[in-house]
Amino acid sequence: MARYLLTRAWQSALTLLLSTIVVFFGVRALPGDPALALAGEDRSPEALEAIRRHYGLDQPLPLQFAQYVERMAQGDFGVSIRTGTPVSSMLTTALPVTVELSVLAILLATALGVGAGVLAAVRRGRPAEWVANGMALIGLSVPHFWLGLLAILYLSVATGLFPASGFVPILEDPVDNLHHIVLPAVILGTGLAAIIMRQTRSAMLDSLSSDYVRTAKAKGLRPRAVITRHALRNSLIVVVTVVGLQLGGLISGAVVTEQIFGLPGFGKMTIDAVFQRDYPVIQAVVLLTATAYIVINFFVDLLYSVIDPRIRVTGDPA
Amino acid sequence: MTVLTVPMAETGSASITRRTRVLRRLRRNPLAVVSFVVLALAAVIALLSPWIAPYSVDQTDFARTFAPPGSPGHVLGTDDLGRDVLSRIMLGARASLQVGLLAVATSLVIGVPLGLAAGYFRAWDAVISRFTDLLLAFPFLIMAVGLAAIRGASLGNAAVAIGIAQIPGVIRVVRSDTLRLKSLDFVAAAVVDGASDLWVLARHILPNATSVILVQATVAIPAAILGEAVLSFLGLGIQPPAPSLGTMLATAQQFAARAPWAAVLPGVVIMGLALAFNVFGDALRDALDPKGDRG
Repeated sequence: MARYLLTRAWQSALTLLLSTIVVFFGVRALPGDPALALAGEDRSPEALEAIRRHYGLDQPLPLQFAQYVERMAQGDFGVSIRTGTPVSSMLTTALPVTVELSVLAILLATALGVGAGVLAAVRRGRPAEWVANGMALIGLSVPHFWLGLLAILYLSVATGLFPASGFVPILEDPVDNLHHIVLPAVILGTGLAAIIMRQTRSAMLDSLSSDYVRTAKAKGLRPRAVITRHALRNSLIVVVTVVGLQLGGLISGAVVTEQIFGLPGFGKMTIDAVFQRDYPVIQAVVLLTATAYIVINFFVDLLYSVIDPRIRVTGDPA
Repeated sequence: MTVLTVPMAETGSASITRRTRVLRRLRRNPLAVVSFVVLALAAVIALLSPWIAPYSVDQTDFARTFAPPGSPGHVLGTDDLGRDVLSRIMLGARASLQVGLLAVATSLVIGVPLGLAAGYFRAWDAVISRFTDLLLAFPFLIMAVGLAAIRGASLGNAAVAIGIAQIPGVIRVVRSDTLRLKSLDFVAAAVVDGASDLWVLARHILPNATSVILVQATVAIPAAILGEAVLSFLGLGIQPPAPSLGTMLATAQQFAARAPWAAVLPGVVIMGLALAFNVFGDALRDALDPKGDRG
């Protein structure tokens, strides 16, 4: 266990270092002088000189990189070119929105996906399975931003059931907060639900035909108990795996969903930054996403070995 | 799977019977036939669209903006600039398929050799795994954001961003299939026979891994089509006035109050294309499954 943990920690640290290098050189690949990009409106030679000194752009590259990592580790992502506010304070207001949206979407997708997946496996070859399969295929194929667009047009605008856009912080008014975020979370969760459903179904089909389930049936366990206590336990691993693997897709999806519903989160901040060529913000967003992905997947791997002890031995999640 | 018969069957003349078996299974699956017909039709329309589209995509008509579907001369109506929606959908679908194929080609060209190497050479496995981890850390939208910031937004850059994001998936399936094939006797026989690593990879492993690669490609194309729509919708993909289903939806959102129907059709087309690929991919996977028909 300790060995596995150490290997994974070392691998994650290495990936983190590599992604930092990629972003560091990516920023230097931006068109034009980085000092010019950082300067924004004030492009006097003195201002440029000051920026070069502050960011160490006149130093050799390895030294620049060391200073860069030091600044990032301290949470100093620079100052937004457009608004003049520190990027770190923009992040503290934007991140809670995205985290809430994503967590809610994962919860909804898991409930729906596992439920439909189990149903499809247990009711194999019957109409319930076809319906579940068909819904999953559609969930995989539908552009989610389009669903969001239709939801706003035909649910929010037409009926007024849900607000079309905007956000209320959860600490201000939890009920209103949920009212604003539930529709975007459902939209964001549909794709994930489809993937979880398909994986759960195939994992359930495998375990339902396995020896230990046959044994459980043979010793006279009720069908419901066989399904929940024996077969379903293995599909838990599937859900954890899928959520870990789909985290990137979820982040991408959150960006689009926030854009459509006008949620002031990480995604909206990203898209605005691209159009305003706000390089310090883009850099922070890219680096932070990579870091989040690596750190969360490290914990997903740990969770794995808690759920399935076999992984601790082989060190390779099959 | 019996060790002795299958490997020979897969490389020898018996591969023809395997192919006919797969084709027969596909033909007997009505969903496979329907999705294939839809895809073939879409491909023909996309190929010929510059010639068969009723109007030029840039032809504006400011006297007739937002004509509803069913208007004389414009079956699917017109947009905010009076351009014919049917023509733009045809050319937009063409762009979607282009990005889908370009992205998947990118991911295969880079992913297949890396997957083969990772599965075949133990020493390379760790290095390629770190590379995969690194790619996974940048979700496709973030990759596209970075690329758009560095190189500008365009169809090509969108396809490259999506393709790069799809490389890890290709590496994963090719690697695990290579590991499986490597342990089979016919590979060992070839090695004993004095075949070089490259020869074994090119003549024995790659040909037998094609079915896995094919299935991976059929599920990657619809994902890329959806990716293009998202990027173009956000303004990070195909740039107006070039037609794209994603930008059509972005325009529809702007004018939703005046022409709500405009938000429906491009989305239906995107979904139809992706659905046809996904259904066909499922059918192909089932047909290729040596265990016979399951689900």
